[in-house]
Amino acid sequence: MIPARGGLRSPYLALFRIRFTHSLQYRAAALAGFATQFAWGFMYILAFIAFYESNPHSFPMTLPQTVSYIWLQQAFMSFFFIWFYDNSIFSAVESGEIAYELARPMDLYARWFSQTSANRLAAGALRCLPLLVVAIVIPAPFRLVLPTEGTRILLFFASMFLAMGVVVSLTMLVYISAFSTINSMGTRIVVGVAADFLAGGYLPIPFFPDVLRFAVELSPFGAMQNMPLRIFSGHLYGEAMMQGLALQVFWLFALLLIGRILMKRALRRVVVQGG
Amino acid sequence: MKLYAKYFSMHIKSQMQYKLSFFFTCTGQFLVAFATFLSIHFLFARFDSVGGFTYEEVLICFAVMIMAFSLSELIGRGFDRFPILLGNGGFDRIMVRPRNVVFQVLASQVEFSRLGRFIQAVVVLAFALPRSGIDWTWDKILTLIFMIVCGAFLFFGLFVIYAAFTFFTLEGLEFMNILTDGGREHGRLPFSVYGDGVLKFLTYVVPLALVQYYPLLYLTGRTEDMRYMFVPILALLFLIPCRAFFKLGMRKYKSTGS
Repeated sequence: MIPARGGLRSPYLALFRIRFTHSLQYRAAALAGFATQFAWGFMYILAFIAFYESNPHSFPMTLPQTVSYIWLQQAFMSFFFIWFYDNSIFSAVESGEIAYELARPMDLYARWFSQTSANRLAAGALRCLPLLVVAIVIPAPFRLVLPTEGTRILLFFASMFLAMGVVVSLTMLVYISAFSTINSMGTRIVVGVAADFLAGGYLPIPFFPDVLRFAVELSPFGAMQNMPLRIFSGHLYGEAMMQGLALQVFWLFALLLIGRILMKRALRRVVVQGG
Repeated sequence: MKLYAKYFSMHIKSQMQYKLSFFFTCTGQFLVAFATFLSIHFLFARFDSVGGFTYEEVLICFAVMIMAFSLSELIGRGFDRFPILLGNGGFDRIMVRPRNVVFQVLASQVEFSRLGRFIQAVVVLAFALPRSGIDWTWDKILTLIFMIVCGAFLFFGLFVIYAAFTFFTLEGLEFMNILTDGGREHGRLPFSVYGDGVLKFLTYVVPLALVQYYPLLYLTGRTEDMRYMFVPILALLFLIPCRAFFKLGMRKYKSTGS
């Protein structure tokens, strides 16, 4: 049963659309989320200002760059944080429901990939706009400074797209590991915390000690939120920015490939739980 | 009290049935707190002080707030999960039993995995205390205990408010998390660091600074005024409006019918 050309990708797109509109239903939650994230971002900025005042010379970014970094991080949280798992996938694997999924004429990797991306995009779509609007109009030093060059904005979107791809393809590895562990909670937690820390979710990567910073910037974790947020704020530019983007493309394809291979191997010996 | 002890041991037994799951949640709690600690550590590799406070002093703050929070979460998890209790009709069953409501909600959940976070805080405190240059006389030790215990009660009060809001909205309100989780996360730095506005708010409206910033001044010898030692006890007054608000919510409560 080979679908007609053009219709080849449509089931994944349809799935994406269903998930997206489903998540958009929770408008009140989005509003509460906006207020919360605004307050969190504000507190983080106040803390960074205090550190900045204690010694401006040790600060690895400028203050406006740090402020932009934090606002964007809050706005696009659901795009970038690993812990934003799709728990229904884990429970499908653990409960044995996965048998139905396997019976469908769909590629499981692509299916999970689009499902996870849709969840992340929808959760962020409602939240980011009000937060960004408010962050742009509040007075300095809290204001989110927009880049003036058009190319920077374009590259930011490109980088954000790649970063999300890297994040989702890493999450895919965690999903796939669930096939071989039965109880995936351990992997979920350890990978979640470690990856989010290394990606700069707790502290932006430029604040890391030099050796660690160098290593992390080359790793897939440096290809996540680190890149788009620093491109937008103007902390990365020129050659370093281009290298970073290339690295993002590399990690995206590498992780996709690894995920595909592991998925194939896992499915070959999959044991369906339960009856 | 005897009944609570019974509930307590029951919860221990039931959670120990799933040892692996318990272990992982515990580890997760530990790791999250550890990641926060690492980010403080990295910051202080760059900066000597923040707002006039040293690394060790900040670590004491961090540890105290985490201990207070995890203690109150361990005991008061029932209020944290209150939206679920309302949603599934569990609260209706509680109302018809001839026992105190608050007691029953408390007893409905004890979350031992929060010990993971607590242990991380103990380790940090054990590291920071001897290096802080504080002369540990009895009054300083007492101040530290006041900070942790009263802090736990204060966080508990915030959980109760969070639960009380649920009577009106039937859903968990995310914005409360800026006070609960936020209080824990941002409480790693003395609240004065965030500026006057935040400090005033956390002194007079939600008195988190009373268990953190003011007693810390006494602890670190920035003030000799003994009154600062007992400021955390003042924070307990906050529990009165918390209780009142919960009572008000309960009077307005209509069952969800499920």
